[in-house]
Amino acid sequence: MKFLVAFLLTAVLSYAAGFYLPWWSIAIAAFIVAVAIPQKPGKAFLAGFLSLFLLWVGLALYIDMANQHILSMKIAELLFKLHSHALIMSVTGLVAALVGGFAALSGAYLRQTKKATA
Amino acid sequence: MFQGYCFFSLISRFIIFLMRLIPFLISSAVTIGLVYTLNTRIGPAPALGKFLSPQHGFWQNAEPADKNFSEELRFSQLNGNASVYFDDRLVPHVVADNDADAYFIQGYLHAKFRLWQMEFSTHAAAGRVSEIIGERAINFDKEQRRIGMVFAAENMLKEMEANEFTKLSVDNYTKGVNAYIETLAESELPIEYKILGYSPEKWNNLKTALFIKQMTKTLAFSVDDLPLTALRKVFSDDQIEILYPQLQDSLDPIVPKGTTFAAPAATAVAPAGVDSVYLQKKDSALKMAFIDQPSKDNGSNNWAVSGAKTKSGAPILCNDPHLELSLPAIWYEMQITTNNMNAYGVSFPGIPGVVIGFNDSIAFGFTNAGRDVRDFYEIKFKDNAKKQYWFNNEWRDAPQRVEEIKIKGKPSVFDTVAYTVFGPVTYDESFTTALTNKKAIAIRWIAHDPSNELLMWHYLDRAKNYDDYYNAIKYFTVPAQNMIFASKRGDIALWQQGHFPLRWNRQGLYVMPGQDSSYMWQGIIPVEENPHQVNPERGFVSSANQRPVDGTYPYFIPGGYDVYRGLEINRRLAKMNGITTTDMQQLQNVNYNPFAEVFTMLMLKYTNPASLSAEEKRFFEMIQQWDLQNTVNSKAATVFQVWVDSLKTKIWYDELTQQDSVVYAWPYENTLADALTRDSAFVFIDDIRTPAKETIYDVFVAALKAATPALLQKEKEGKLEWAANKNTTVYHILKDAVMPFARKGLNIGGGKHIINATQHSHGPSWRMIVELTNETDAYVVYPGGQSGNPGSKYYDQFIDTWAAGSYYKAWILKKGEEKNPKVKWTMTFKKA
Repeated sequence: MKFLVAFLLTAVLSYAAGFYLPWWSIAIAAFIVAVAIPQKPGKAFLAGFLSLFLLWVGLALYIDMANQHILSMKIAELLFKLHSHALIMSVTGLVAALVGGFAALSGAYLRQTKKATA
Repeated sequence: MFQGYCFFSLISRFIIFLMRLIPFLISSAVTIGLVYTLNTRIGPAPALGKFLSPQHGFWQNAEPADKNFSEELRFSQLNGNASVYFDDRLVPHVVADNDADAYFIQGYLHAKFRLWQMEFSTHAAAGRVSEIIGERAINFDKEQRRIGMVFAAENMLKEMEANEFTKLSVDNYTKGVNAYIETLAESELPIEYKILGYSPEKWNNLKTALFIKQMTKTLAFSVDDLPLTALRKVFSDDQIEILYPQLQDSLDPIVPKGTTFAAPAATAVAPAGVDSVYLQKKDSALKMAFIDQPSKDNGSNNWAVSGAKTKSGAPILCNDPHLELSLPAIWYEMQITTNNMNAYGVSFPGIPGVVIGFNDSIAFGFTNAGRDVRDFYEIKFKDNAKKQYWFNNEWRDAPQRVEEIKIKGKPSVFDTVAYTVFGPVTYDESFTTALTNKKAIAIRWIAHDPSNELLMWHYLDRAKNYDDYYNAIKYFTVPAQNMIFASKRGDIALWQQGHFPLRWNRQGLYVMPGQDSSYMWQGIIPVEENPHQVNPERGFVSSANQRPVDGTYPYFIPGGYDVYRGLEINRRLAKMNGITTTDMQQLQNVNYNPFAEVFTMLMLKYTNPASLSAEEKRFFEMIQQWDLQNTVNSKAATVFQVWVDSLKTKIWYDELTQQDSVVYAWPYENTLADALTRDSAFVFIDDIRTPAKETIYDVFVAALKAATPALLQKEKEGKLEWAANKNTTVYHILKDAVMPFARKGLNIGGGKHIINATQHSHGPSWRMIVELTNETDAYVVYPGGQSGNPGSKYYDQFIDTWAAGSYYKAWILKKGEEKNPKVKWTMTFKKA
C-alpha cells in the first residue's frame, strides 16, 4: 500500500513539477516522497525507479503515437545510429528511472538517518 | 563508571548514526552526479536528461500528426483585426486590411514555422557562427567580416529605414517575429536550439538586411579574379582568353544574336600602360590554388510565352530557381492580401514580401544574372599597422573596424579590418590564402553601395502592368537578376537588372593596382541599356544563366557562362505552339542532355573500339545506344559523366596543376566541347609530362580506360544507374551533423546542363508555372515543406511530389471565400 502511494505520488508530483521547473525536478519530487513515506530503502528505490520510468515512457508513448513515430525514429538514428523508436523510448525511461530511483533512495536513507538521531 | 557507560553509548550511537548517514551521502552523491552529468553537454551532444525529458526535450517537438493549427491571438501591435487561413498543405493565406498588419503577421508566421533557420542564416551572414558552434567556425566568421557583410547590411539598413514603405514593412515584420519569440517557452524551442544548446535572440531590422546581403553573396560574389591572376604566372592573357573566354561558340544569349544595340551612352577608358602593367603582368608572388566560392551552379531557369503561342491565348510564365537544396526549405509559400495588394508566391523567411510569384494582374520570376560585380585592388600599406595606404600620391587614412568574434565557451577573438576608398581590405598578411600570398588586397563590391532592394518587391507585389514592373525594378542593384514578367494584358518581358560597373575591355579580369584612381570603376552602365527583351517577335523570353548578350553589345562583360540549358530551352520553345500548363510542367522536367548531344559526337568520332577491352567496349556501347536522357535508370548517363570527368583530367591536369599547387578550378565544360569541336589538334590535348605527343584519339581512349575501374566498381555496388549514382539529397542546414534530418537517395533524374537541373544537392528549389488567364491558374512545388520542424509531418511533405516531377495546383483565396472547405485551420489576429 505504501509502495503504491509512493509510486503514484512520485509520478504526480514529478509531472506537475515538470510544467514549472527544469527536468531534474523529478529528483526533487522522488526525494520528497521518499522522505515523507516510510519505506525500506530498497523499496523506496524501486518505487522511484518504476514510477519515473513509467511516467516518462508513458508521456513519450502518448506523444510518439500522436506523432506517428516521425521524430523518435530520427532521434534514435541521431543518437544511437539505430532505426528504432522503441530504443529511444527505453533510454528515455531509463534516464528518468535512474535519477528517480537514486533520489528516492537518498530520501529513504535520510529518513533513516533522522530516525537514528531522534 | 556511570560516565564511562554514557561515553560508550554516545560513541556507539554516533557510529550507528554514521552508518546510516554514509548510505545517504553516497546515494545523494550518486543522484547529484547523475543529474549533473545528464544536465551537461558532452562534446557536441546535448544534455541527455533535458533532451530526453518528455516535458522539456525533443519529445516536445514531436508534433501530433493531427495537430490543430487554429488559434486566436491578441496583439497590441496590430492596427485592426486580421485572419490567416491555412489550406491542407499548411500554406497560409493572410487577409489583413492594411499593410502593416500583413507584414506583422508574415513575421509572426515566419518565426512560428521557421525561426531557427531565420536566425541561423542571419548569424552566418553576420559572421557569428562561432557563437553557436564554437571555434571551428572562426575562419568562416572572419571572412564574412572581412568581406564587409555587416558593413554592407548597415548601408542597406539606412536606405530601408529612410523610405516610408520599406520602413513600414521591416518595422512591422520585426515586431511580428519578436511577438512570436516572446511567447516561446524553453520547452517549445525548435529542436535545433536544443541540439546546439542556445536560445533565440530578438530579431531586428538589420537582420533583414543581412539576409539580403547573404543571398547577394550566394548569387553575386563568385569571380575568377584571384585564380586568373595567379594563372598568369604560366599563361599569357591571350592564352587565358582561350581557356576562359568571354564569348562561347555555342552561346545562345538571353537577348538573341542579331539584336542591334544603340551606341553606348557611356564609355570607360583604359588607363595608360594597361598592357604592360596589367594585362601582360606576370606576378610570380601569387600562387595557384583551388578557391572556395559560392557555387556557380546557383543559377536558374525562367521563361515566359506570349498568348500567341498558348492554347488559352493568355501568357504563361515559368520559373525554377536553382539553389542548394536544404531543409528547412529556403522558401516559404504564402498568399498576402491587404487593401492594396493580393500576392501569392514564395517568400524568404527573414524578409517581408512575396519574392517570386504573382498577383491579380501580373507574374514575375528571377534567374541569376551571374555578372561580375566584384573586383580586387592591391593595396600598399605604409606599415604593419595598416592605418594608412598609398593613394593618389599621398598616404591616406584607412578607417579601422574592429570586429569582435564571440566564441562559444571561449574568449572572443578580435580582428581589425582596414577600409579603403575601394572597400574593405579582405586579405592581408594576417588573413591570407595560397592565392593572395600575404598581399594586401581590397575588394570593390557593388553590394557595399547603399541601395534598397526591398522597395522593388514592395512595388512588384502590387504591380498591375509593364510600366509598374519597369519602375519597380529600378530599385534593384545587386545581385543582378534576369527578371521575367508577364501580365494579364498580354505583355511579356525580361530585363537583366542591376548595377554593373562600366568597364574598359578586360578590366576586372585580374587583380588591379590600387595605388591611384586610374583603375577604379568609371561609373555604372546606364540601366536603360541593360540587356532586355519586351514583347519580342519570337513570342517568348527566357533565361538560363547564359551570357545575356553576344559580342556586339557595346559594354565589356567579363566572366564565363554556361550555354546548354539556355540553348535547349530556346530550341524547344521556338518549336512549341498551342502551349498548355501541362506542356510547361513537362518542359521544366526535361532530362535531355544537350551537352551530351555535343560531347558524345566527339566520343563516338574519336574512340576506336578496337583499342578497347571487353569491359571498356561494354561501356562504350552504352554511349552508342544512349538516348541522351539523364533519366533515373540510365546507366549511360553515369558512364558519360565519369568518362567526361576522366577526359577533363587528362586534358587539364598536366598544364593547370603546377609543381607546388592544388588543382585549380578548370575551364568550363562548354569551353572544352567548343575547343575540341573546333580544333581536333587542340593544344591542351597533349600531356606535357610525356615525351610523346598525344592525339585526340589517344586522349579519348585513355580517358575511357582510366574511367573503367570506377565504373565497374559502381556497377558492382548497384550505383551505375544515374539516380543511384547522383544520390540526390536534400540536406538539413546543419548537414552531416544531423543526417537523420535529411532526405537522401531521391529518385529524380536530370543534372548539370539539363533543364531539370537537379544535381547531388543542388537544383530547382521552387518550380512555378503561372497561366495568366482571367482566373489565374498556377502550379507549384518545392523540395521541402511548410514546417521547419523535423518532428512535423509538414517538414518534407512536398519532396516526393517534387522528385516525381509533379505539382500542386495553387489555391488562391478570393475575398469572401473564408468558409471554403479548402480552409483547414484559421488563425485570427485581434487587436488587443
